[in-house]
Amino acid sequence: MTNAISANGLVKKFGSTTALDGLDLVVRTGEVHGFLGPNGAGKSTTIRVLLGLLRADGGSVSLLGGDPWEDATALHRQLAYVPGDVTLWPNLSGGEVIDLLGRLRGGLNKRRRADLLERFDLDPRKKGRSYSKGNRQKVALVAALASDVELLLLDEPTSGLDPLMEEVFREAIHEEQRRGDRTVLLSSHILSEVEALCDRLTIIRDGKAVETGTLADLRHLTRTSIEAELSRAPDGLADLPGVHNLRAENGRVRFDVDTAALDPALRHLTAAGVRSLVSQPPTLEELFLRHYDRAAAASGAEVAR
Amino acid sequence: MNGLTGTGKLIRLILRRDRVLMPLWVLFIGLVPISYVASINELFPTAAARQQYADASAHNAGFVALYGRLFGSSLAELVAWRAGFIPIVIGLLSILTVIRHTRTEEEAGRRELLGATVVGRHAPLGAALIATFGANLVLGGLLAVGMIGQGLPTAGSLTFGLEFTAIGWMFAAIGAVAAQLTSGAGSARGTAITALGATYVFRIVGDISGMSNGPLAWMTWLSPIGWVQRMRPYRDDVIWPVALAAGLTIVLVVAAVALSGRRDVGAGLLPPRLGPASASPRLRTPLALSWRLHRGLLAGWVAGFAALGVVLGYLAADIGDLVHDAPEMEDVFARLGGASGLIDSYLAGLMGFFGLIAGAYAIQATLKMRDEETSGRAEPVLGTAVGRLRWVASHFVFSLLGPAATLAAAGLAMGLTHGLNTGNVGREVPRVLAGALVQLPAVWVLAGTAILIFGLLPRFAAASWGALVICLVFGLVGSALGLDQWVLDISPFTHLPHLPGGEVAATPVLWLLVVAVGLAGVGLAALRRRDIPTA
Ligand SMILES: Nc1ncnc2c1ncn2[C@@H]1O[C@H](COP(=O)(O)OP(=O)(O)OP(=O)(O)O)[C@@H](O)[C@H]1O
Ligand SMILES: [Mg+2]
Repeated sequence: MTNAISANGLVKKFGSTTALDGLDLVVRTGEVHGFLGPNGAGKSTTIRVLLGLLRADGGSVSLLGGDPWEDATALHRQLAYVPGDVTLWPNLSGGEVIDLLGRLRGGLNKRRRADLLERFDLDPRKKGRSYSKGNRQKVALVAALASDVELLLLDEPTSGLDPLMEEVFREAIHEEQRRGDRTVLLSSHILSEVEALCDRLTIIRDGKAVETGTLADLRHLTRTSIEAELSRAPDGLADLPGVHNLRAENGRVRFDVDTAALDPALRHLTAAGVRSLVSQPPTLEELFLRHYDRAAAASGAEVAR
Repeated sequence: MNGLTGTGKLIRLILRRDRVLMPLWVLFIGLVPISYVASINELFPTAAARQQYADASAHNAGFVALYGRLFGSSLAELVAWRAGFIPIVIGLLSILTVIRHTRTEEEAGRRELLGATVVGRHAPLGAALIATFGANLVLGGLLAVGMIGQGLPTAGSLTFGLEFTAIGWMFAAIGAVAAQLTSGAGSARGTAITALGATYVFRIVGDISGMSNGPLAWMTWLSPIGWVQRMRPYRDDVIWPVALAAGLTIVLVVAAVALSGRRDVGAGLLPPRLGPASASPRLRTPLALSWRLHRGLLAGWVAGFAALGVVLGYLAADIGDLVHDAPEMEDVFARLGGASGLIDSYLAGLMGFFGLIAGAYAIQATLKMRDEETSGRAEPVLGTAVGRLRWVASHFVFSLLGPAATLAAAGLAMGLTHGLNTGNVGREVPRVLAGALVQLPAVWVLAGTAILIFGLLPRFAAASWGALVICLVFGLVGSALGLDQWVLDISPFTHLPHLPGGEVAATPVLWLLVVAVGLAGVGLAALRRRDIPTA
C-alpha cells in the first residue's frame, strides 16, 4: 500500500451548501502532506469525512486501505486526530484527557507523553475549563503525538500556539518524518509552516483541489516578476502565453511570468534591447495568495490549469 | 463611563436575539390559564360539581404536590389553583433567560467582544435582568387582563398576575447570582435550577404536611413559591407577600452586582482547583468517561429523591389521620378505601409524580449526548477506536439506570420512613419500592423518545422535553379535566398499575417496555447512519 489516503471525486452537501464538490486527494504513506485553502474551502469537512464522522454524498475514499465510514472503529486504532477547535471536558484535567484519548485509541507511549508535556510546557493538572485556547490545543496535540499510530490527521493544529510552541510543534513533526513510517495530513493557513514541514501539498478552494504536488512542483507554478527598461517596444510580449499583468509606459515594462514561460519572455525582451532588468524570484506566498483570492482566481482561471 | 453605559443597546440586542422565543413563552404562559376557565366551567358546570371536585382534589397528595393547596371551590379559585405548576415553569424560564444573556455570552467570548466597545461593567447583567423583569411584567399583565376578560373578579385577577410576575422576578435574580458564582454557564444553570428545585420541594413538603395539619407545614415558608402562593388570588387576595418577593429580588440583585464587581470576566468567584496529572487506571473506557460526566447529576438526583422520599414517607401516616379529622369527607374517603386505602392512594399518587420527575432526569441524561456532540467533545472520542454505538451506550446507560436509581432511592426512603412510623418496615418497604420501580417502563419510553429524536433529528433534540410536557398535561392533569381516554392513553404513565394498593398488571408494563425498546432501536439505527455535526 503506497497511499495512506486516496479520495476520488468526494462530494459532501449540507442542505443547499456544497462543502465538497468533487475533491481529489492523495496522501502517500510516510509523507507529511500539507492541506491548504481559504476559510470555508472544505478542509475540516474533508478531515471529518476521513474520520467517518460525516458521510460523503458521492465519490470514493480509502484510508489506510479501509473505508472510513464502514471500518471507522478499526481504522481509528491506527490514527490520531487533532481538531481545529479543541474543547475539553470542564471537570477533567489535561493529563486525564491525554491518557483517556490515548487508551481509547489503544495505547500511549508514556516516555513520549512525558517528553512532549515538558517540551510543550503544559501543566497536565489543570482542569479543562481553566486552559487557554493554546493550551487546550496542546492537550490534543500531546494526546495525538504520544500515540503510536500510522496516521495523524491534524486540522490547523497550531492555531493559538505562540511562536515558541509553533517551533516545538515543527520539531515534533520533523521527528515523525524521520521515523519514516508515519503519515501526516496537516491542514494549515500558515505558509511558512507548510513550507518547513510538508513533502507534498494540496490546495483546495470551494471544495475542489486546485493544485497538488511537491513544493518544487508548485514553485514551478509560481511567477517571476520582471521589470525592464527597453530601447524599443516589445512586440508580441503581451500575447505570449504565461505572461500576466503586463504594463508598459515610457519604455519600461513590468509583468509577471510563469516559470515555464520565462525563457521565451526573456528572448522577447532581448530582442527589444534590454537597458536594465530587475527580476523578483518566485515565492510560494504569491501562489497561495493567488489561490486564496477569489476575484484574482476567477480572472486567472488558466493558471489553475 | 459608568457601570451601566450601553444597557439600553444591550437590551435591544437581547430582545432582538430572543424575538421569537421570548414572546412565545410570555404569550403561552400568560394565556394558558385562560383556557382553564372554559375547561373547568364545562367539566364542572354547577357549584355542587365544583365542590365535589375541590373536596377530592384538596386531599389528593399528587395534586397538592403539583399545584399547591386548594381552599375554595369557586371557578376562579379552581383556575388559579390549577395554574399552580406554572410558577415552576416561569422560574425556570427566567433563570434560563438571565443566564443565557450573561454567563453563556461570557463563555462564548462574545461578552469580551462587547466589553471592548462602549459598554459598562454591569451593563450585560443589568440588561439581562431588565429584559427578563419586563417579560415577566408583560406576562403578569396579560394574565390579569385575560382573566378579567373571562369575567373573573378584577382584584383577584390582578393578584393572580402579580403572583406570576413576582415569581419571575425572584428567579431572574436567583439566576443572576448563580451566573456570578460559578465559572461556566452549565454549572450556573445547575446551581440556579437546584435552588428552584429546593424551593419547590419545600413548598411540596410544607403543603402536604399542611394538608393534614402536620408538623412540617412551616416549610412552605422556606419557599419563595410558597410565599407568593400565599397571595391566594380570588380568595384572600393578599398583597403583602409581594413585599417579601420584592425584598428578596432587591437583595439578590444587589448581591449579584456586588459579586460581578469582584470577579474577572470569564472567571467565577470560586477558584478552579487542580486535578491529577495523569488518569487513574480505571479511566480507560467510554463508560468510565461518562461516569465522570454523569456522576454529579446522578448523585444530585438520587439525593433529592431520597430526601423528598424521607419527608413524604414520614407524612403518609398523617394522611391516614385525615379520615378522623374530617368526618364531613367520609364519602370521599370511603370511596378511596378508608385510612389504609387513603394512604395507599397518597403513596401511589406520589409515585406517579416521582415517575414524571424521573422522566425529566431520563431526558436530561439523554440530551447530555447532544451537548457533547455540539460542543465538539464527542468528536475526539469518536475519532478513537470507540464506535458510535459504544459511545451512545456509555451515556444511555445513565438515561436508563439513573432514573432507576433515583426511583429506588425515593421508594426505599418512603417505604422506610412510613414503615418505621407504622411499625411495619417489612411490609411497607417492598410495597412502596415496587410502586416506585413500576414507573420505570414509562420513564424508559421517555428516554427512548429522546434518543429517537436525537438520532433522527438531532437539531430538534430539545423537543424531547415536549414529550414530558405531554405526559404532564395529558396524564396527570388530563384525567382531572375529563379528556377522552385515547388522549390520556398517549401518556405512558396512564398505563401503569397504581401501586401500592392498585391491581398488578404485567401486560401494559411489557407493552411499554416493547415501545421503549422500539423507539430506542430506531433512534440508534438512525444515529449510526447520520453525520456527527458540530454546532
Ligand atoms: N455542519 C454543517 N452544516 C452546514 N454547513 C456546513 C457544516 N459544516 C461545514 N459547513 C460548510 O461547509 C463549508 C466548508 O467548511 P469547512 O469547515 O470544511 O471549511 P474549512 O476549509 O475547514 O475552513 P476554515 O479554514 O475556516 O477552517 C463551509 O461553507 C461551511 O459553512
Ligand atoms: Mg476548518
